[in-house]
Amino acid sequence: MSAIPTTLRSIAFAGFTIVSAIASPKTFDLQDPKGVNAIQFKLDSILEPIAGTAGAITGTVTFDPAAIEATNGKVSAAAASIVVPNAKMNEHLLGASWVDAAKHPEISFAFTSLTDVKSAGANKWTATAAGQFSLKGVTKEITVPVSLTYLEGQFGTRLNKPELGGDLLVVRGEFSVARGDYGIKPGDSEDKVAPVIQLTFALVGGAPKS
Amino acid sequence: MDAWRVLVRGASVIGILFVFSFWSAKGYNRGWSQNQVPVKNIDPVTEIEFTTYKKRFIPGLDYLAGGTALGLALFGATFLRRRSHNPSELRSFPL
Repeated sequence: MSAIPTTLRSIAFAGFTIVSAIASPKTFDLQDPKGVNAIQFKLDSILEPIAGTAGAITGTVTFDPAAIEATNGKVSAAAASIVVPNAKMNEHLLGASWVDAAKHPEISFAFTSLTDVKSAGANKWTATAAGQFSLKGVTKEITVPVSLTYLEGQFGTRLNKPELGGDLLVVRGEFSVARGDYGIKPGDSEDKVAPVIQLTFALVGGAPKS
Repeated sequence: MDAWRVLVRGASVIGILFVFSFWSAKGYNRGWSQNQVPVKNIDPVTEIEFTTYKKRFIPGLDYLAGGTALGLALFGATFLRRRSHNPSELRSFPL
């Protein structure tokens, strides 16, 4: 007689566990073991655009495929990891008149939710992330159009260890900021170096199977 | 003509030719010189395009302009003459 309630309890518990596993948000670590993550930047300049990357990405994104709007997180890049092909130019960029990497070692973007979420295919979405962008010690509110791709069960596969399981989240986006707004040579040499910095990012976050 | 002037002019011309040949042999880079070259890669699982850097010097227009200007300056310097301080010339000045 007591076997039926026990079975029902077991089914209910299993169902609850599955629903919880599906519905619960996961935290994706942006410190990629393969070192793929970087923010690319470009400024128009004389001769050719100044283009480079900022690697050493850290941060997390909390994501739930059942509640995309609730996605939130923080992405940080080490200012000292900025690289451009010309060594002298690199030195200038890290110096006090540009990003001042010694005094302001972190460039970051923190957002608390997404708006305008639209499906862009299976496990793909586009949205707008509103948050705080910090550069050279100045923080400003900005909006960034982003696309999200949820790669279920690909965390271990990517590391050639399928037994690890886990998921991946790819976040891509593109935005621009006025360098003068962040105290980078405001109004100076705008005929030589554009006042607007174009930033592009494609980041992968990993959530190992818990 | 002094022998050293001929030598310096020859060296200047060879220098300019070398700078131009090196710049053109390295791919006619019309941008800034590069100390490291960006290489595009694609992560097969995420399809993220990412950049790695390879240590290699690629001369740019700054290298070409600097090298040519230095060569021309050396070449031009050979036409400068020292002011004559010959005492006999002073003596023959009509008073």
